Amino acid sequence: MNLPVLKPTDFASDQDIRWCPGCGDYSILAQMKKVLPDLGVPREKTVFISGIGCSSRFPYYMNTYGMHSIHGRAPAFATGLKSTRPDLMVWVITGDGDALSIGGNHFIHVLRRNLDINIVLFNNRIYGLTKGQYSPTSTEGQVTKSTPMGSIDHPLSPLSVALAAEATFVARSMDANVKHLGMVLKRAAQHKGTSLVEVYQNCNVFNDGAMAYAQEKAQRPENTIELEHGKPLIFGKESDKGIRLVGTRLEVVNRSDVADDDLLIHDEREQNPSIQMMLARMRYPEMPEPMGVLRDVEGVPTYNDQINQQVTSAKERFGEGDLEKLFSAGDTWVVD
Amino acid sequence: MTTTSKDVKPVAGITVRLAGDSGDGMQLLGTQLTNTSALAGNDVATFPDFPAEIRAPRGTRAGVSGFQVQFAKQEIFTPGDTLDALVVMNPAALVTNIQDLRKGGILIANEDGFTAKDFKLAKVDANPLDATVINEEYRLFKVPMTKLTRTAVSEHGLSPKIADRCKNFFAMGLVYWLFGRSLEPTLRFIEAKFGKKPEVAAANIAALRAGWAYGETTEAFGESYQVEAAELKPGTYRNVMGNQALAWGLVAASKLSNKDLFYGTYPITPASDILHELTKHKAFGVRTFQAEDEIAAVCATIGAAFGGTMAVTASSGPGIALKAEAMGLGMILELPMIVVNVQRGGPSTGLPTKTEQSDLLQAMFGRNGESPLPVIAPQSPADCFSVAIEAWRLAVECMVPVMLLSDGYIANGSEPWRIPEMSSLPKIDVQHPEGKTDDEPFLPYKRDANHARPWAIPGAEGLMHRLGGLEKENETGNVSYDPDNHQLMTNLRAEKVAKIAERIPAQEVFGEESGDLLVVSWGGTYGACHTAVQQCQQAGHRVSHAHVRYLNPLPANLGDLLRRFDRVLVPELNMGQLRMLLRSEYLVDCIGFNKVQGKPFAVSELIQQIETHLPQPVGA
Repeated sequence: MNLPVLKPTDFASDQDIRWCPGCGDYSILAQMKKVLPDLGVPREKTVFISGIGCSSRFPYYMNTYGMHSIHGRAPAFATGLKSTRPDLMVWVITGDGDALSIGGNHFIHVLRRNLDINIVLFNNRIYGLTKGQYSPTSTEGQVTKSTPMGSIDHPLSPLSVALAAEATFVARSMDANVKHLGMVLKRAAQHKGTSLVEVYQNCNVFNDGAMAYAQEKAQRPENTIELEHGKPLIFGKESDKGIRLVGTRLEVVNRSDVADDDLLIHDEREQNPSIQMMLARMRYPEMPEPMGVLRDVEGVPTYNDQINQQVTSAKERFGEGDLEKLFSAGDTWVVD
Repeated sequence: MTTTSKDVKPVAGITVRLAGDSGDGMQLLGTQLTNTSALAGNDVATFPDFPAEIRAPRGTRAGVSGFQVQFAKQEIFTPGDTLDALVVMNPAALVTNIQDLRKGGILIANEDGFTAKDFKLAKVDANPLDATVINEEYRLFKVPMTKLTRTAVSEHGLSPKIADRCKNFFAMGLVYWLFGRSLEPTLRFIEAKFGKKPEVAAANIAALRAGWAYGETTEAFGESYQVEAAELKPGTYRNVMGNQALAWGLVAASKLSNKDLFYGTYPITPASDILHELTKHKAFGVRTFQAEDEIAAVCATIGAAFGGTMAVTASSGPGIALKAEAMGLGMILELPMIVVNVQRGGPSTGLPTKTEQSDLLQAMFGRNGESPLPVIAPQSPADCFSVAIEAWRLAVECMVPVMLLSDGYIANGSEPWRIPEMSSLPKIDVQHPEGKTDDEPFLPYKRDANHARPWAIPGAEGLMHRLGGLEKENETGNVSYDPDNHQLMTNLRAEKVAKIAERIPAQEVFGEESGDLLVVSWGGTYGACHTAVQQCQQAGHRVSHAHVRYLNPLPANLGDLLRRFDRVLVPELNMGQLRMLLRSEYLVDCIGFNKVQGKPFAVSELIQQIETHLPQPVGA
C-alpha cells in the first residue's frame, strides 16, 4: 500500500497558537510534528487527549483528532477510547499539576494497567495557566504567589511515581534539547504499553530558569546524565565522571579513580525497577539528573489487548451473544 | 408429595414477608418464593430490604434483613402494604416487622431463635412471643425450626454450624406448603447451586421437604391457601429484577444500534448489580471497565463515546455528584451516552440500601453552567428494559448524555416480564459521517433538524477535529470567547433538549382527563400511586393518575393536563422536587405528599392523602 508521505506541517491545525512567546511548549509541539510523520500512522488514526493547563491546549494545534478534556482526567478518557478503539494511536498531553496533583489517581492507574498510550508530561514546576501558584513538582522553599514564605511541600517526582506503579516505559527529556526530545518521543511511540515521558519545560513567565542547571547548554553536561542502554553511566563536560552502585545507593566517582567496568551499566530492560528507581531519585545538585529512557520493558500485556481478548474468547466459547436465548434462559412460563 | 390432604382456601393474593438475621438467607428464600410464584402464573412484586452492613452484629435489630413479596391472581403494581403473613427467625426480626402484619395475619416464628441471649441482642426484656398482644391479635405458629432442621439433615453428616444454615430451606418448605407452592423449581435451584457439594444439596433438600411435611402433618396448621394464576397478556414470561432488566436493556440497545457496549463504572450500592450482570455478557461485545473512581468511570465513558461506541456509566447519588463536571463536558462535547443513577437515600452517603427519589434536581441542575440534559425514569423493575433502550435512542438522536433515574426500590425489586421478540423492537439508527479527501473544512458542530451535530469518529479521513470543554464556535467547533456566540451556543444546546418534547409521546392519563384531583408521580412510585388511584376510582372518586416518564423535557401536553384538574397532588420520596419543577414550569399550585424514610409509599397512606384533598361531601 502506498501511504502518502506526510510532513511536519501536515500535522499543524489552522488554529493560532496562544502560548506565551518563549514558552518551552513550542519546542515540544515542533518535535511532535517532526516525529509523527516517521511513525507511519495516518492523521485520522491519531488522537491527542489533554487535561487542563497550558500544556493541555496542545491538541488544538494538531491536525489530528483531539480532545481537551477535564483537569487531571485525560488518562481516563484515553482508557475508554483506547479500550474500544485499539486501532488508534493515542497520546495524552499533561502537565505537572494536571497529572500529579488533581489527576494523580488516574495517572498511577493508567500506568499500572499498561494501556497502550503515550503520556507526555510537561513539567515546568509551576501552575502557569492560573498565573503562578506552586505545583507538586515545585521545590521546597520555592516562593510563588501562593507560597510567599516558601513552599513547605516535598516535591513529587513523576519518574518515581511511574516506576512505583511499574510503568513499562519511563523516560525524561527536555524542551531545550530538541534532538534528544525527538528521539525519546519516538521511542515512547514505538513502545507497546503505557509510555511516560517527563519533559523539563521552561515557563519563562512564572518560573523562568527553574531547570536552567539542566537546560542551559553550558551547565547541562555537569548536571545531567544521558542514559543509554547497555552503556556505563558517564557524564561531565570532559566525560570525566561516572555513577557507581555501592550497596543500595548510587555515588558519583571520577573516572580517573575507578575502572569503567565498575561503573553502573544502564539496563532499561530490567523488569525489577529498583535500580531504575535509584536513577529516578538522582537529583540536582547532589547528583546529575538522568535524561533518556530509564525503563523500557516489553512483553507485559496491555489493558486494551486484554479487554478485547476477553470479548474475543467469550465469543469463541459461547458464540456471538443471542439476546432471545439470554432472556429465555432459566425459568420461564407461557401465558396463552 | 406436594399435594396437600388438608383444606385449601382460595385467595386473590397474598403478601408475605420473610425476616431474619442478615446471615439467615432471607433474600434467597424470598427470591425462590418469588420465582416459584411467578412460575405458578401469579403476578408478583417484591421488596427486598436489607441493612447496609454486610454482617451487622448477629441477632441485633440493625442486622435484620427482610424480603417482602406479593403474589396475586390479578395484576398488581406493588409488593403490598400490610402483610398477610410474616415469618421471623429471631426476636429482632419480630419487633422490627410486626407492625406491618395485619390483624389476624399469620405469624410464623422460629421458636429456637427466641432464647434469653436473643432477647438481649434484640434489646427486648421478655420473650415477645409470650406477649398477650402477639397471641391475641395474630395467628401465631411457634415452630422449633432449628431443632427440626437438625433432625431432618442429621443423616447427611454436616457440622452443626452447616446443618443450622439449612433452616431457611425448612422455613421455605413450610411457606411453600402454606401457599400451595411447588417444590420443583427450588429443588432444581438447589441441584444447580450446590451440585458440587452433594451433601449440602441433599441436606437442603431434606430441610425443604421437612418444612413442607411439617405443615402437612402438624395439627396446628389447619388449612393452606391457593392463589390462582393471573390473567396476564399472552406471551412468554420470566421474572426480572430492575438492575438486571436495565443491564439487558442496555445490551439490547447496543444490538439494536449495531454497536458494541462500553460500561465504565465504580462499585456503589445499589448500582453495582448492573456491572455484575453486564460483565457476564462479553460475548455480546460488552466491555466493562471498573475504574479507579467515579470520575474515571464517566471520563472513560466519554472517551469511548468519542471513539464511536455505545457508552454508559452508572452510579448512585454520591457517585453522580463526582461525575458532575464530566457530565457537563459530555454535554458541551455533544456526544451520546447514558448516565444511570440508581438513587438511594441521601444526602452524602445517606442510606445506601434504602430507596429515595431525591436526585431529580441533581439530574436536572447538578452541573456548573447552563447544562440541561434529557432525564427519563423507569417506573418498575421490568420497565427498566424499555427505558434503557429509550435512553440510548434519545442520546443518539440528540447527541447528548441522557440521565436515566432508577432507584433502589425498582433496582432490587422484581416482577414478571413478558419477553420481547427482538425483531419487534425498533432499530436505533446511528450514522457516522464518512471520511472525505476534499479541502472543504469539516464542520463538527453543524446541526441537523433535531439540532444534533454529526457523530464523526476517529479513523474517518479528512474529518479530524478537536473537541473540548471550552466554548466552541458555532459550526466549526473552534474555541471561541465571542459573547454572541456563547449566547447562541447556549441557546442551541438548550433548544436541542427542549425539542425532544416534540417527538416523545403525549402524557398519558389513567382515568378521566379532568376531575377533582390529578395524582402526578414519577419513577419507582408508579405502582403505589397507580394502585391508590385505582382504588379511589373504584370508590367513585374523580381522581386520575399521570405518571411522568420523561422528566426533561416534560411532555408537551402536561401543563394543559394539570390545569384541567381542581387539584394536583404530587407524591414523591423526596421533599418536593418534581413539585418544584411543575410549579416553576406551569405556575400550577401542586400539593406535595413527601416522605423520606427510606421506604416506598404504602398504598393506604396515598389513599388517605388523596381523600384529604378531595372535595368534602356537602353537609359533612
